[in-house]
Amino acid sequence: MKVGVVVFPGSNCDEDTLHVVRDVFGHPAQLLWHKDRDLKGSDYVILPGGFAHGDYLRCGAIARFSPVMEEVVAFAGRGGPVLGICNGFQILTEAGLLPGALLHNAGQSFLCRDVLLRVDGSPNRFTGGLSRTATFRLPIAHMDGRYFIDDEGRRRLEGEGRVLFRYADDNPNGSLAAIAGVLGEGRNVAGLMPHPERNAEPVLGNGDGRAVFAALLGS
Amino acid sequence: MALSPEVIRQHGLTEEEYARIEKHLGRSPNLLELGIFSVMWSEHCSYKSSRRYLKGFPTTGPRVLVGPGENAGVVDIGDGMAAAFKMESHNHPSYIEPYQGAATGVGGILRDVFTMGARPIASLNSLRFGDPSHPKTAWLLAGVVRGIGGYGNCIGVPTVGGEVAFDRSYDGNCLVNAFTVGVLRRDRIFKGTASGAGNPILYVGSKTGRDGIHGATMASAEFGEDSEHKRPTVQVGDPFTEKLLLEACLELFQTDALVGIQDMGAAGLTSSSVEMAARAGSGVEIDVARVPRREEGMTPYEVMLSESQERMLLVARQGREAEVLRIFHKWDLDAAVIGRVTGDGRVRILDGGQEVANLPVGPLTDGAPQYERPTRAPDWLPALQAFDPLSLPGPRDLGEALLALLARPTIASKEWVFTQYDHTVRLGAVVRPGKGDAAVVRVERTEKGLALSVDCNARFVYLDPYQGARLAVAECTRNVSCAGGEPLGLTDCLNFGNPERPEIMWQFAEATRGLAAACRELGVPVVSGNVSLYNETDGSPILPTPTVAVVGLLPDVSRTVGLAFRREGDLVAVLGETRGELGGSEWLLAFHQKLAGRPPALDAARERSLQELARGLVRAGALASAHDASEGGLAVALAECCIADRDRMLGATLQLDAGRVPPHAFLFGEDASRVVISFAPEFQAEVERAARAAGVPCAVVGVVGGDRLTLQGLLDVTVAQLGRAWRSGIPALVRQPGA
Repeated sequence: MKVGVVVFPGSNCDEDTLHVVRDVFGHPAQLLWHKDRDLKGSDYVILPGGFAHGDYLRCGAIARFSPVMEEVVAFAGRGGPVLGICNGFQILTEAGLLPGALLHNAGQSFLCRDVLLRVDGSPNRFTGGLSRTATFRLPIAHMDGRYFIDDEGRRRLEGEGRVLFRYADDNPNGSLAAIAGVLGEGRNVAGLMPHPERNAEPVLGNGDGRAVFAALLGS
Repeated sequence: MALSPEVIRQHGLTEEEYARIEKHLGRSPNLLELGIFSVMWSEHCSYKSSRRYLKGFPTTGPRVLVGPGENAGVVDIGDGMAAAFKMESHNHPSYIEPYQGAATGVGGILRDVFTMGARPIASLNSLRFGDPSHPKTAWLLAGVVRGIGGYGNCIGVPTVGGEVAFDRSYDGNCLVNAFTVGVLRRDRIFKGTASGAGNPILYVGSKTGRDGIHGATMASAEFGEDSEHKRPTVQVGDPFTEKLLLEACLELFQTDALVGIQDMGAAGLTSSSVEMAARAGSGVEIDVARVPRREEGMTPYEVMLSESQERMLLVARQGREAEVLRIFHKWDLDAAVIGRVTGDGRVRILDGGQEVANLPVGPLTDGAPQYERPTRAPDWLPALQAFDPLSLPGPRDLGEALLALLARPTIASKEWVFTQYDHTVRLGAVVRPGKGDAAVVRVERTEKGLALSVDCNARFVYLDPYQGARLAVAECTRNVSCAGGEPLGLTDCLNFGNPERPEIMWQFAEATRGLAAACRELGVPVVSGNVSLYNETDGSPILPTPTVAVVGLLPDVSRTVGLAFRREGDLVAVLGETRGELGGSEWLLAFHQKLAGRPPALDAARERSLQELARGLVRAGALASAHDASEGGLAVALAECCIADRDRMLGATLQLDAGRVPPHAFLFGEDASRVVISFAPEFQAEVERAARAAGVPCAVVGVVGGDRLTLQGLLDVTVAQLGRAWRSGIPALVRQPGA
C-alpha cells in the first residue's frame, strides 16, 4: 500500500505523519503538494494536521479549493481510503466528504493534552481489530475541535454506525455526543480530531497511538 | 535642511550623540540618515550601556561552533549535528498589546534560529507578571499565553516548557522572554554576512507596511502614562506566512546559492542590511523602490525603519537569483532583488535609482557610543540583607502552610498555561511541560535528546545581584542535569530597569559578573543572548531579572526521568544539604510579605558534584524520578513529586531529620544544590555508593506509596488536598474580572 500525505501551505503534521507511516509501519509513503493534480499512484490518502492556509477564514475553508482536493474527492468517489487527522478532518468536512462541522472549542482556548477514546460505530476498515471495550489514550491539540451536526444528520450518523470514536471520559472540547471521529457515507473516508501519530512510538508515551494508527491504516 | 533639536530628541538621541554623528559624517545627516543612526544607536541594537559587561562572559568551549554576535548561538551535539538556540525579550510590546507582542516575540526568535540554517524543534518561554491581584495581571497573562500559543501552534513548533512567576514589581512592565532551539548539520551553518561585492541582495517574505516604525527606539525608553498610545508601534504577527518562510528558507539552505541571511527584526531593513555589511566588512546598496510594499506612498524613511514581521534579507551568489526567487514563489511569498553588495564600506540607499542616504558602515555599528554608566550599590540594600528571617515566627500548622504555598501562583501548576501550547507536534516531547525539571525533546531521526530549561529567581537577584545570577545559572544547569542532560551552552535575556540610574547599572554590573562567574564555575559557555533595559514604568523598576536558558545533551533520549514519583515501594532520597535558608524565600513573601535577607549560599564545587551525580544516575537508569528543590523549598519539591502526574498521584511516608534547623526553615528554606530522587529498592546500594564517591550527602528518607504525604513529626496531608491546592492557583487568578 502506497500512502500519500497531502501538504497544504500551513500543514504542520505532514512530516510527523509521513514519519510514522513510513518509519514505524514500513509503508511506502510520499508527500503530495497541494498545487499538484496528481496523487502519484497513492492507494491511501491522508490529510494531516496543521493550519492549512493559516486557517484564517475558517478551518479548512480555503484548503478545500486546493487543486489536489479535486483529485482527493475523485479518489474518494472511487472508494479510495481517505483519512483526515485534526486539521485534515476539518478540511474533509469543509470539502463535503464528511458530515458535520468542527467549531471553536467550548472552553474558547486551544487545548493540548491527552484524552481517552472509545471505538464506536459498526465494523469498518478504519477500526478493525481495535477493542470496543478498551479506552485508548491519544493526544489532542486543537482550537476548533467541537464536533457539531444537526439532529437529522446525527440520527443518520448514529443509525448507520458511522461514529468512529467518542471521547470516553471527559469531553475536552464540548463535541456533540462526545463525537471525536466520524465515517463518510461510503465508509471509505474517515476523520478524527486526536493525533494517533503523536504517540505511536514508545519513547513518546504509552504508545496507544500505534494500535490506533495501525487500525486506521488497516495494517 | 537642518534638523531641529525637537526632531533629534524624538529620535531618542542626545545632543552629544547627534554631535558625534555630525563628526562621523563631516556634515549634518538628512532625516532618513538620522533615522538610521537613531535605530542603530538605540540601546536595543547597540548595547551601548551593556556591551562592556557582556565581554566578561565565557563564550568559547569545545562544543561551541558559533558564539554571541550572530542571529543565534550554535553548539555541537555530535555525529555531524548541531543545535542553534537563542532567547529574546519582547517585554515592551507585550505590555502594550499582549497577544501581538508575545506572538511576534515568538516569531522573531524562530526566525533568529532558522536563519542559522536550523529546523526549529522546540520553544520555551519565561514570563513575569505583576501581583496576582493587580487589575492588569490576569488580562496580560491570558493575552500573552494566547499570543504565544497562537503563533507557535500555527507554525508547528512545539512549546515544551518554561516558567511563569508573579511579583508586584512587574505590575507596569511584564516580561516575555522567548527561547527557541533548532537542529542543523554542523557543516551547513548559515550566517548573517553580506560578502562578495556584486552579489545580489534579496528581500523575501511579507510585504512591508508602516507597522512597528521605531519599535527599537520604544524598547529603549521607559514607560510613562502615555505608554498605551504606543500601541501602533507594536507589530502584527502572521504565523502562516512565517511557516511558509521557514519551509522556503529550509529548501533554500539545501542549495548552495546562498551567501548570507539575516532576519529583519528590530529596526527591520536598516539593521539587517547594516549588520550584514558590518560582519563582512563590505558595503551595501539598496533601492527602496524595489521593496515589496502593502501600503502606498511610503517614504524611504518608512520603508527603512518599518518592523513589519516575517521578512528576511538574503545575499545570494551572483547569477543564482532566479533559483532563489523560484523557491520563494513556489511558497507564494514575495521575493525581490533589492540591491547588491559593494566593497566600499558604505550603506547607500536609493529611491528609484536616486541616492537618498549615504553612510559609512563602521560608525553605525562599531562606532556607536559606548557608555560606562555610573554604578552605585543601592543604599537600601545593606539593611535588607541584614534582615534575619528567623526573627519572624514560623507557621502554627506546617501542613496548612504547605497548601498555601502550593496555591501561590508562582509555585502553582502551570497546566492552564501549557495546555494552550501545542507541545506534542513534531513528535519530540519525551518529557512534556510540567512533568520534569527540564523539558526533554528527541532530536529528529536520532536517539539523542536535548534537555531544555529556563530559569531565574529574581528575588535572589534583587537581594544580591551577583549571587542571584549565580543561583540562576546553577538552577538552570541543575534542572538540565536532573533530566540526564549535560549542559552544552547557555543563552540569556538580561531584563533590567533604566541603566541611566546608578543603582540599576550596579545591579546589571553585579548580575553579569555573577553570571560570568557561574558559567565558568559550572563549565557552561554563553553562546547567545539579549539585553532588555528600561523595564520600568514611572520610575518604578522591575526586579532585576537575568533569565538564563540552558541546552543539555542526552546521548540516549530514552534514558531520562521526570519529576513525579512513579511506583509504590520506591525509595526516596534527598541529595544535598539543608541549612534552612529563608532569605528571599517564597515563604517569607507569602507569610510575612517580606522580600529580605540574603539569598542562599552557592558552593560551585558542590553544585557541580551534585549535578554530575544526578546526571550519572539518570543515565545509568538507576532513578525513577529526580526533582530539584527551589521555590518553596524541600516541602514543595516533595509535594510536587507526589502530585505532578495528574492521573496517578502517589503519596510518600518520610522521616526527615531537620537537626537543629527550625522545622519551617527546614521545609521551606530555598537552599541551593538539592535534589529529591526516587528509585527502586534494588538500586539503593548503587545510589549510595555513587553519592559517596561524588562527596554528595545522600539521605534515604522513606518510601513512595499511599495517598498521603506524611513527613513524620512535621506534617501529614492527603495528595488529593495537595493536588487541589497546586492546581487551583492559576485558574483562581485568571477567573478574575478582566481575564
